[in-house]
Amino acid sequence: MAAAAVSAAELAGVSAIASSGVGGQEVLHVARDRYHEVIAALRDGGFEMCADLCAVDYLRHFERSLPQGVTPERFEVVVNLLSLERHQRVRVRVQVPDTDPVVPSLFNLYPGTENMEREAFDLYGVRFEGHPDHTRILMPEDWEGHPLRKDYSVGRVPVQFKQAPGPR
Amino acid sequence: MSDEDLKAETSEGAQELQERAETDPVVLAIEEGSLLRLSEGPLVDPGDIDVEFGEDETMIINMGPQHPSTHGVLRIMMELEGETVLRSKPIIGYLHTGMEKTGEGLTYVQGATNVTRMDYLSPLHNELVFSLAVEELLGVEMPPRATWIRMLMTELNRISSHVLWMATNGMDLASTSMMIYGFRDREMILSFFEKTTGLRMNHNYIRPGGVAADLPDGWEDDVMAIVETIPGRVDEYDEMLTGQPIFKNRTEGVGLISPELAIAMSATGPILRASGVAWDLRRAMPYLAYGEVDFDVIVGTVGDTYDRYAVRLNEIRESCRIVRQCVEKMPPGDYRAQDKKVTPPPRARIDESMEALIHHFKIFTRGFEVPSGEVYTAIESPRGELGCYLVSDGSNKPYRMHIRAPSFVNLQTLPPLLRGGLIADAIAVISSVDPVMGEVDR
Amino acid sequence: MGLEDLNHNFLTGSLEELVKWARRSSVWPATFGLACCAIEMMAAGAADFDLARFGMEVFRGSPRQADLMVVAGRVSQKMAPVLRQVYDQMVEPKWVISMGVCASTGGMFNNYAIVQGVDQIVPVDVYAPGCPPNPQTLIHAILTLHEKIRLGEITQRRPGETGAGIDLASEPVPSGWVAPPSGGVRLGTPR
Repeated sequence: MAAAAVSAAELAGVSAIASSGVGGQEVLHVARDRYHEVIAALRDGGFEMCADLCAVDYLRHFERSLPQGVTPERFEVVVNLLSLERHQRVRVRVQVPDTDPVVPSLFNLYPGTENMEREAFDLYGVRFEGHPDHTRILMPEDWEGHPLRKDYSVGRVPVQFKQAPGPR
Repeated sequence: MSDEDLKAETSEGAQELQERAETDPVVLAIEEGSLLRLSEGPLVDPGDIDVEFGEDETMIINMGPQHPSTHGVLRIMMELEGETVLRSKPIIGYLHTGMEKTGEGLTYVQGATNVTRMDYLSPLHNELVFSLAVEELLGVEMPPRATWIRMLMTELNRISSHVLWMATNGMDLASTSMMIYGFRDREMILSFFEKTTGLRMNHNYIRPGGVAADLPDGWEDDVMAIVETIPGRVDEYDEMLTGQPIFKNRTEGVGLISPELAIAMSATGPILRASGVAWDLRRAMPYLAYGEVDFDVIVGTVGDTYDRYAVRLNEIRESCRIVRQCVEKMPPGDYRAQDKKVTPPPRARIDESMEALIHHFKIFTRGFEVPSGEVYTAIESPRGELGCYLVSDGSNKPYRMHIRAPSFVNLQTLPPLLRGGLIADAIAVISSVDPVMGEVDR
Repeated sequence: MGLEDLNHNFLTGSLEELVKWARRSSVWPATFGLACCAIEMMAAGAADFDLARFGMEVFRGSPRQADLMVVAGRVSQKMAPVLRQVYDQMVEPKWVISMGVCASTGGMFNNYAIVQGVDQIVPVDVYAPGCPPNPQTLIHAILTLHEKIRLGEITQRRPGETGAGIDLASEPVPSGWVAPPSGGVRLGTPR
């Protein structure tokens, strides 16, 4: 049924540092300048579909556990790839600094990342170089700020009788 | 880089479709060719495309966000030449609720209430993917009865979602009776849900640790009544719609998508299966107990609207088969994991024991802590691959909860599907893509 | 416009009753289903909880032909101007039912993205709570609206009033009820 599983780390070569995630999932950490070529190598190695692309803001959890050789930054772009033939998933994580939040776009490799990258830009402010339509997708055009960042408040309206302070 | 510089550098301009004269030729080539998006496809000379258009004779028209086609608040800007659609652009965000941000402020026990309202046609699937992600991070084993109850409820939800799709699809194609019939069948399933979970929709039933309550007494009779009536009714709808010449003319050959384009666009679910790729997460990467039940994966041939309709119709029948097997094979036992950290004590014990009361209180106010880490879990929802990427920082609330919504990604297939068709075909195609705006906008 | 300047005698009194009966017996809703509540609204229109028995099965696509806007679902910041535009396009007399807690007060989503109550944008006649409200709750809200139409006056909406013509300030007060501060109760100010 499924073709034999291939180690994604081997496909990526020396550019990626592998770690194993929860439940035996394979996770690759890639530097930003090798990101595009690693994803291209994975795509040529059989991962035909990009299942998901999202961004994470690690402002409040900066000291997360990362393997040796990976310097943590504020943002991370996480890409989940899927191989239909081998029934295999791989996750690629890229560290993106706060001062220069630009990452190459995957649009020319996987056109299905168009909406996902627009959402990551809209909600986090991470820019994707080479994206054909780099506009906001969920918030109104003239919205200021990137709502899902950790320093953007939830925007909670004070409600009568809710005595407890805190986020809710 | 400051926000102003960021905004100045990126074109945070209009989200709408620009006039042809003002559009960058690269963007025009992408939309027209519809093949530059393919990673490996034959290159097409834009001059070979046989849709004739005069330079100034095209009109950009807005469809939505409020329109009678009952697919929620989706706005599509279409460039029309006469009644033929050339370029189109779906504009979303009219239902953006900030659910991912809200989820970061809710404990894991409360998380299911938030997630369930994303894809409101199949709320149990959202709850299931969230609970599976949390349980993977926690490392908690589910008792078999909990797994089978979850499978039973999600398959019933799949039936009700597909039946509702048939109802709204029928109404979009002008068969109002299909709408009434569809809702009649859905009511049967919803009344069973109300008996089991307490609510008709947005149940908050599947929680990390198991399910909220056991199945009520007499559930086998209720479920068998559903499973015995629905296939007969589906056969009636089959007869009413499938053989009917008007329906066939409106759906056959309309909105074709090739398997390569579907994979390149990351489309999953009935769209991918209708174009010929036999990819169903329940069969390929089984979760819950799908390895132990017998069902077929329905695959289409051509990838047009008719195939998508046929795939969903037959998936109702396959889900009825799975539900029947769930009724036969339901194991006895606990309906939630007996892990004290995650599961509250039974309600009756709260009156008797102080520890039970404190335990209950702690779980429902503070929740439980989940070890730090990140995980991506995916299941097969009626619309495609529904995934949850969960990052935990060791506290009682998720640090980042991202839901990979299938409709959000499937909407990207709309521009190639609509190209070259008429507006009436556009209605049929949008309906067959089955977007649920709650999960598109989250 | 309207008959508000006439003192009611037996002729115009019966005419008013006739007009109000006609208005409440065929309220035509505009399709404004947004989220989960829209599904329950469709279920209310379908066979099991038939809305046709109240004369309301035609959900008009065009707001010009509709009397009632059932705001069913959460209203996001991007959708708010659209909502107001559709409301403005409706012709008098028009009524608004706010269906579900998200439309009434913002519901469980007290955040940057959701308008905390659709009555910040349009005047609301009836609020139907629930998440989502049962179709029976929606029907109860509709019947309440019919009662309001029956008890109100056939005038045009004046500022500060609801579409049914009921002046909130001069309604008979049950004993023991304390009036809210003038301007009504405002649960927090919008950001």
